[in-house]
Amino acid sequence: MTSKTLMDEVKEAGKILGVDNIESLRACVQCGKCTGSCPSGRLTALRTRKLFLKVQLDMKDVISEDALWYCTTCYTCYERCPRGVKTTDIIRAIRNIAVKEGLMSDSHRKVVGYVLKTGHAVPINTATMKLREKLGLEKIPPTTHKHREALESVQKIVRKTGLDKLIGFDWEEAK
Amino acid sequence: MKLSYFLGCITPNRYPEIELSVVKTLNAFNIDVIPLEGTSCCPAPGVFGSFDLTTWLALAARNICIAERKGVDVITSCNGCYGSLQEANHILKTQRDVREQVNKILSEIGMEFKGTIAVKHVIEILYDNIGIKRIKDNTKNPQSKLKAAVHYGCHFLKPSEIRGHGNSENPTILDELVEATGAKSIFYEEKNMCCGAGGGLRSRDPKVSLQYTKEKLTNMLKAGASCVVTPCAFCHLQFDRGQVDIGKVFGEQFRLPVLYYNQILQKALDIK
Repeated sequence: MTSKTLMDEVKEAGKILGVDNIESLRACVQCGKCTGSCPSGRLTALRTRKLFLKVQLDMKDVISEDALWYCTTCYTCYERCPRGVKTTDIIRAIRNIAVKEGLMSDSHRKVVGYVLKTGHAVPINTATMKLREKLGLEKIPPTTHKHREALESVQKIVRKTGLDKLIGFDWEEAK
Repeated sequence: MKLSYFLGCITPNRYPEIELSVVKTLNAFNIDVIPLEGTSCCPAPGVFGSFDLTTWLALAARNICIAERKGVDVITSCNGCYGSLQEANHILKTQRDVREQVNKILSEIGMEFKGTIAVKHVIEILYDNIGIKRIKDNTKNPQSKLKAAVHYGCHFLKPSEIRGHGNSENPTILDELVEATGAKSIFYEEKNMCCGAGGGLRSRDPKVSLQYTKEKLTNMLKAGASCVVTPCAFCHLQFDRGQVDIGKVFGEQFRLPVLYYNQILQKALDIK
């Protein structure tokens, strides 16, 4: 029995975006237009072409590369790729594998925690509540902030998909 | 015309002025806007999409289901929300096996994705349904003093094959809308560059994220901008709050006002 290649894993992780989109990586000829177009590439060690080469060569250490997280998902390379590689989809899929392997920053864990606790990645604060009142809007927006049962349904979904366990979220402590 | 309004996080929780300007300006063109009840974070495409695509899609589908119950198309005022919901709607409408998988999760909370509505950006409604001519005709207070540095934000236009607003390399939609209010849209270097907030970069590495913002602000000022105009609450936050953060991190002061498109439209239409 042959073990799963990294390409198989990326395909599995990103299949929701369309298997063809992930398989488009096979068309990559390492021309480097992605890297040349990348705004993060100018500022950081992110070399999109290198990430893709590592997947093609089955080099699993790509998931622990810090550079993987400098993509802002701006889609510039996605738009420009002459081979039609769905770059941003592939990067998101590789990141999903990294997270599954426990490679997630504390700040990102915190963002997920806010959504599990409040339903929002950027929850309301006192200053905005005051501003809302001043503008004649409801003090608390009519979102999960206002509707308890709506928040509970969000939490139910996350328990079902298991993202809470994946990030080690403590429901008792709510963090 | 009637539309529902997906509020998201940053609009209602940081910039309620944006929420108000969206409702007021659409109302001025006889469009009813119903803010949705019980919605959550879209959830943020570059963040949740990077962590767990199944959770990302299921939470986005839940928000779309709430909108579907209203029976009208839903609008967003943030490119992040638009990115998540428009892409999720596209995936769920076109991939039956994925839709079944997501509906199985949604059945736990008594919901089902049906695929009955479209997800739109408020800018799309202004451009396609209201149109440049009607905006021009209704401009009572031309914003001719404004030299606007238009920032489209990435997820409004890209991926263009899913968004469907044409070529993303040389867009004109927002420039045309800005000029319809009497303001001037100026050209600046690297105009289509990202603001730096997306993909989880703002939360993971604020300094690199602010380097993007600093570069953009520098280019805008070099071209003589008197304000930034955005169609996205997240980019808006990045340029607005970002200027305070840049001051702290890099010791540079910009003081360039940041306006959401509907805010300048509200002024142009002379709506209090």
